[in-house]
Amino acid sequence: MDFLLVLVVLAVVAVVVAWPLYRAARPSPGGPPEVEALEAAKDSKLREIRETELDYRTGKLSEEDWRAQDARLRSEAADLLRELDRAKGKEG
Amino acid sequence: MAILGRACLIIALGLALYGAGASIYGARARKQAWVESGRRAVYAMFGVVAIAFVILIAAFIRSDFSFGVVVDHSSTTTPLFYRATAAWSSQEGSLLLWVFLLSAWSSLILFVLARKGKLREVAPYATAVLCGLGGFFLFCSIFLANPFGTLANPPLEGAGLNPLLRYPSMMIHPPALYSGYTLFTVPFAFGIGALVSGRLDASWITSTRRFALAAWFFLGLGILLGARWSYSELGWGGYWAWDPVENASLMPWLVGTAFLHSAMIQEKRGMLKVWNVSLVLAAGVLAVLGTFLVRSGILDSIHAFGASTLGVPFIVLIAVMALGSIGLVIWRRASLRSEHRLDSLFSREAIFLLNNLVLVGLCFVVFWGTFFPLISEAITGDKAAVGPPWFDRYTVPLALILVLLSGIGPVIAWRRATVSKLARYLAIPLAVGIAVPLLCLALGVGHHLEALLMFGIGAFSLTVVAQEFVRGAGARRAMTGDAPPAALLALVRRNRRRYGGYVVHAGMAVLFIGVAASSTFHNQRDARLSPGQTTKVGGYDVRYVKPTFTVADDHRNTGAIISLGAVLDVSKNGKHVTTLNPSRGYYPDLSQGPVSRFYQGESTSEVGLQAGLRRDLWTAIQPDTTQIDRLAAEADRKFPNATPQLSLFIAGTLAAGYARKPPPATFRVIDSPLVTWIWLGGLIVVAGALIALWPAGLRARRRAPAGYGARVARELGRA
Amino acid sequence: MDPSRKRKIRLVVALTAAVLLASALIYTSFSASSEAKSPSQLMAGAQPGQSYQLTGKVANGSVRHEGSALVFRVRDRTDNTSVPVRYTGEVPDPFREGREVIVDVQKQGSVFVGQKDSLVTKCPSKFKAAHSS
Repeated sequence: MDFLLVLVVLAVVAVVVAWPLYRAARPSPGGPPEVEALEAAKDSKLREIRETELDYRTGKLSEEDWRAQDARLRSEAADLLRELDRAKGKEG
Repeated sequence: MAILGRACLIIALGLALYGAGASIYGARARKQAWVESGRRAVYAMFGVVAIAFVILIAAFIRSDFSFGVVVDHSSTTTPLFYRATAAWSSQEGSLLLWVFLLSAWSSLILFVLARKGKLREVAPYATAVLCGLGGFFLFCSIFLANPFGTLANPPLEGAGLNPLLRYPSMMIHPPALYSGYTLFTVPFAFGIGALVSGRLDASWITSTRRFALAAWFFLGLGILLGARWSYSELGWGGYWAWDPVENASLMPWLVGTAFLHSAMIQEKRGMLKVWNVSLVLAAGVLAVLGTFLVRSGILDSIHAFGASTLGVPFIVLIAVMALGSIGLVIWRRASLRSEHRLDSLFSREAIFLLNNLVLVGLCFVVFWGTFFPLISEAITGDKAAVGPPWFDRYTVPLALILVLLSGIGPVIAWRRATVSKLARYLAIPLAVGIAVPLLCLALGVGHHLEALLMFGIGAFSLTVVAQEFVRGAGARRAMTGDAPPAALLALVRRNRRRYGGYVVHAGMAVLFIGVAASSTFHNQRDARLSPGQTTKVGGYDVRYVKPTFTVADDHRNTGAIISLGAVLDVSKNGKHVTTLNPSRGYYPDLSQGPVSRFYQGESTSEVGLQAGLRRDLWTAIQPDTTQIDRLAAEADRKFPNATPQLSLFIAGTLAAGYARKPPPATFRVIDSPLVTWIWLGGLIVVAGALIALWPAGLRARRRAPAGYGARVARELGRA
Repeated sequence: MDPSRKRKIRLVVALTAAVLLASALIYTSFSASSEAKSPSQLMAGAQPGQSYQLTGKVANGSVRHEGSALVFRVRDRTDNTSVPVRYTGEVPDPFREGREVIVDVQKQGSVFVGQKDSLVTKCPSKFKAAHSS
């Protein structure tokens, strides 16, 4: 009885593991790694802009310090969006 | 069923080897199908190990004594809950639990990443590492510590669970700890994968961040549960002894805390890449080291699990992990160069760096003290050990600095803070931090510098957290006009990581205040009392009223057949405060004579505890059983073939006799302040971690062509 | 001062602090530690007044109470040399004959006096059966 169960388990395991090797290749989700890295950087930059604003509104940054940092971060974010477009455009 | 179980483990080992090989081949030959096959091998490994795990647990629940482990660790008289959890009180079962958890988390992370198509270059190598670790533990499980060993002639009864483990928290403690250890292997594996594949931007950290946080959470929970068990169930009244096994779980937790902070810096500024990857690799190595320490017996510890056959393979694994990590970091050092530099010492980055240095310093202190017997033996030839006073001398100042930093960090801005703003922001918390110790001194609390410092610094940190919530909600109200409760909720919901972190800081401050108070200002008395006598502890009068005993009346569900105890009346200045009922439960030792077996086996303390917000009253009893032992030995001689009923009757009569004419018993009474704050602080930390872990809501993204500045604004509004 | 010079100075300061702390740590660990010795090693050469960490098994039949003190003998794990110990203080739950113990002792006359509350009894092996000793 046990041996029969073992054979069943082996069969199921073999099918599960070998499946992708025998069927047609599927396009995998997600873009090339460069796009992924840029998306992650963009998300991080956006979060940083929001947090800097929160720092200003809760009194940790003076207004002029905030405006300076905010402007710089926004331009860095715009650069990232530009690069993202280019990377995605390349992928076509 | 045992055959199926063993076969499943062997199949799992095969899957682990295949998974590693297929993933690496698929990554190098750029054949996606093989990578996917390797990933599926991990899913299959989880399924197969789950089957084996279920078979083992079922055998315990059924009390199937054809399984050797069930005979050694369970019995028909063990209650259901403990039968089910006794599986991991054994070496074999605990290894299986480790593999089960490892394969579960591995499957989870790989599934989530595959669905979104993330980390496609890193994931195959991470899969190989996870398969390698799983394979190692499976190898141990199959060849060195087999849980499915069967007996040809199953006995009718098992040895039963060790009575010291018959507490619910003691059965949850291993799964919590193992979850922590195994969860740390996920960021470890992805760190290795990032190094091997060369993809060293922050995306591997971002994707495994939740696993690192969950690992930190479970490990911390396991440590806290262990401390709580030690305090409320063992007879010594303390919660931390700097024992090697306790330290083994603390070290990866400290490094994990450091990593959680420095990871934020890498995500924002691209700095500290070498540091981060080293921390993550160190956490993984320390997690496996911790698993090894508990079961190797190389260090003298209260948890001496005996030298075992697992020692050498584990040392090999740890050496491979450590040397391999160092080698990979050196190989990739060019790609790990920082993108930016530290702008100013007045910045959150600088505070986080200091925090990291303190945490790593703490870890080094704990490491040195734990391994000192081996170090000194290697250097001087003599094994020498350091005790708690040595640990305390270094960890206390470092802990003070840590809590102080946790108060400054939230308040200081990234990159470069405005110093004038910082000073204004810190004014109230500093005032509170100075006022509290002065207040304590005025109220007559003793002159202990370190405790007073901790009270002040803890109060400082708590005030900072409160201020953050108030100002944050205020800022939100100014922007959106919400009512205060709604503003607070929205604030936390939109900034989960930050405010969850603040809650964790608050919890740690409360916890450390509790530790400082209870360890510095506790009063302890060991006294030998006869009924009617009183002893004094820290302003309380404790009177031994009368002895108690129970025979075969296990209403506390401890499994003890006989227990001897006492009723203690506690009063202060003549007013009754509380009544405590400490007792000691006796478990039979079947190798002894028919009557004396009831008193010669294990005995455990049932602590008499009155916990309170301001102070705990803790007491344990050690009855004097010399008279009972003498009479029991006589009874053994007179009735060598007594039936179980007669033996129990005689043993019970001896207990009743003890209660009628009780000899003096030894009591330990402890009055310690703010112990409950430790557990409360722990709960607050748990809440904060859950807030930080909680997944953010779905974010809809729509693209509209526009200038980049406007697009940034649009994306911000949507984020 | 230019930024890279500032950074170098910070690095040097940090490293120096770390080295100083580490040295303090290492030095005190050697001076604050007590040597772990087995009964046979103690018999061979224990200095009176010097504190040692004694490890071994509680000899069968050797445990008795004398007033508030606990008197027992600790024997080597391997051979039968045993030393007498007189101990006052908290006795851990698992303490009994045949169990492995760790206790800080000082030689006083022919007896080793145990330091108060230093007695640690190793939990019976978690990963071995409850009834084996």
